[in-house]
Amino acid sequence: MTATETAPRTPVAPSAAARRSGRSSVTGGLLTTLTWILALGFFFPVLWMAMTAFKQENQASSDPPTWFFTPTLDQFQAVVGASGTYVANSAIATGVSTVLVLLLGIPAAYALSIRPVEKVSDVLFFFISTKMLPVVAVIVPIYVIAGQLKVLDNIWTLVVLYTAMNLPIAVWMMRSFFQEIPAEVLEAAAVDGAGLMKTLRSVLIPMVAPGIAATALICVIFAWNEFFFALNLTASRAATVPIFIVSTMTSEGLFLARLCAAALLASLPVILAGWIAQKQLVRGLSMGAIK
Amino acid sequence: MFRPRTRRLAAAAGTAVLGLSLAACAGAGAVGGGDGEQIVVAIVSNPQMQDAISLQDEFRKEHPGIDVRFVSLPENEARAKITASVATGGGEFDVVMISNYETPMWAENGWIENLQPYADATEGYDPDDFVPSVREALSVDGDLYSVPFYGESSFLAYRKDLFQQAGLTMPDRPTWDDVRELAAELHDPSQDFAGICLRGLAGWGEVMAPMTTVMNTYGGQWFDEGGNARLDSPEVREAVETYVDTVQQYGQPGAATSGFGDCLTRFAQGQAAMWYDATSMVSSIEDPASSTVAGKTGYVPAPVSETDAAGWLYSWSLAIPSTSEHKDAAWDFVSWMTDKDYITLVGSTLSWERVPPGSRLSTYEIPQYAEVSEAYADATLTAMSEATQEKTMVAPVPYPGIQFVGIPEFQDLGTRVGQQMSAAIAGQKSVADALEQSQQYAETVAETYRKENER
Repeated sequence: MTATETAPRTPVAPSAAARRSGRSSVTGGLLTTLTWILALGFFFPVLWMAMTAFKQENQASSDPPTWFFTPTLDQFQAVVGASGTYVANSAIATGVSTVLVLLLGIPAAYALSIRPVEKVSDVLFFFISTKMLPVVAVIVPIYVIAGQLKVLDNIWTLVVLYTAMNLPIAVWMMRSFFQEIPAEVLEAAAVDGAGLMKTLRSVLIPMVAPGIAATALICVIFAWNEFFFALNLTASRAATVPIFIVSTMTSEGLFLARLCAAALLASLPVILAGWIAQKQLVRGLSMGAIK
Repeated sequence: MFRPRTRRLAAAAGTAVLGLSLAACAGAGAVGGGDGEQIVVAIVSNPQMQDAISLQDEFRKEHPGIDVRFVSLPENEARAKITASVATGGGEFDVVMISNYETPMWAENGWIENLQPYADATEGYDPDDFVPSVREALSVDGDLYSVPFYGESSFLAYRKDLFQQAGLTMPDRPTWDDVRELAAELHDPSQDFAGICLRGLAGWGEVMAPMTTVMNTYGGQWFDEGGNARLDSPEVREAVETYVDTVQQYGQPGAATSGFGDCLTRFAQGQAAMWYDATSMVSSIEDPASSTVAGKTGYVPAPVSETDAAGWLYSWSLAIPSTSEHKDAAWDFVSWMTDKDYITLVGSTLSWERVPPGSRLSTYEIPQYAEVSEAYADATLTAMSEATQEKTMVAPVPYPGIQFVGIPEFQDLGTRVGQQMSAAIAGQKSVADALEQSQQYAETVAETYRKENER
């Protein structure tokens, strides 16, 4: 992607540019083709998943693969009927944890960028260090403690864990967005007599809104897709959508079509959220990157 | 995974997460819930178990005071989750689905309830009707600690139509030499047609299940009565060489990565002449909707060498963890799902093909079931009844289990050895090297047991 963009930007003398434009359009064409091949290569599994979801089970696992078939909604019917509680649980875990992350993460990011506290880099490193430990290493203690506290199979346990899981990323992301804001803007607000809350509400938050959208979306994606905690800490009451997806699998008998239908439905909310937030996102995601 | 450098960070991160999970105790109650006593049932998401879930309303009718909730996961996830919960006393589950691998060990650890008193006190439950080899495998000192939902052994499926065309006859009790000869006759790689399908996928529940039955019938064993690892014996060597050579020469392409599922697909699509695997294959093979060889397949006992029988024994069974606070309600459900009436219920409401097989002798006396299972009922029942250590092994061994070693270390050991065997099947390693490495793994386990005995 970057290669195609940088190629024409290379500054060259006018005469040389004229001579090279023929060659660069060839390379450009090649690169575009390559990009398309790569993009299709990456997209193909997703397309195959979507196709499989509309097949019957025996078409889904036939060898050679079935390319043409009469689409059926049987798998979706089976999946939709069974997934109610799972979707509700995922919605709670994702929604509440994302709101909590933003409520805690935005002030923390403020304190680490605009009015930095002491030892900012240590604090930042501490935040990111919590992501360095593999989750499997802590799952046993977490499981035992949750068992002792009688909060296994409780959706609020997942809410707390997902908040903890996403908070460091959110703080880091939000901090880089806050740093984009020119000091002059804040000074101007101070000159006009705005207090901290007023500055936050009327100046900072609107300016970093795309950043907040980007952060929220990342949190939503991570929480929605989280599997490991959900698998280990839930049973019948608090199980989330990823658990529902695996429960459509079986070691005896065919399951591919139903699995694909479940996976397709599970990915829709995230795709939709991303699509709606697309415009904000592109700004938000690139905002932090320029720094 | 856990390098010393990161230990301080790890500790810090751990504390943070710990603190947060402590905070969680203030959280509100769970979402959902219902009236009456609630029990949570953890089961493996195989088709017959899904049928039980779909019939739960029938249970509710009989026991209106009990609210059943199900957790159904694929085999590996279910096993990991149930083991973690029961071993740590997590207490999420009132009924768990385990196998004859876990039952004796967990009974000894006191993790699961003795179900014999419950079974004896339940009118019409008739625990003596369970297939004897299964009942024995689920009992400790004559008491049942889990009750079978279904049972399986292993046998050899073959294409009757192709054998007839080629003028070949399948012996009533084939030996591995017979099988190799027959496979050689029918193997046709140019048509993508395999003489025989055998599992090659690494894993204690994959390649090691059939392979261990071959080791047994050749007179090999994992550990001898002195507690020594014996994967270096000439008998094991011969068995493994036979298995690996058979699958390399006459087996399916890409055998090193194919397990039960892949073999099932191939055989059901008519791409193999024989298949040695679980008796539970019949539910897919004989189903015309998923198989092109329904009605064309014959079944004979597992191939042998030095013993009279070689089939394995496996059972998915239901147990009640000691931590359950609703044991009576749990038993009500367990007995409902494993009762004779449940078999009739499945047969009459769903279909007789979907009846869970291999758990009760009386199942095989039901006329409707006998009719649909004519092709395989006898072969299944024979295989089940012969699946004892006495009949499938040459010498006694100090552990329970036929196709597995009934010790906790076996999940890990079996998987490591399975990786070696899979590598041998792929041709990345010689059988000799694979066995030498496997023997080292097994010896490490044997040593820990010897040390424990000394103490």
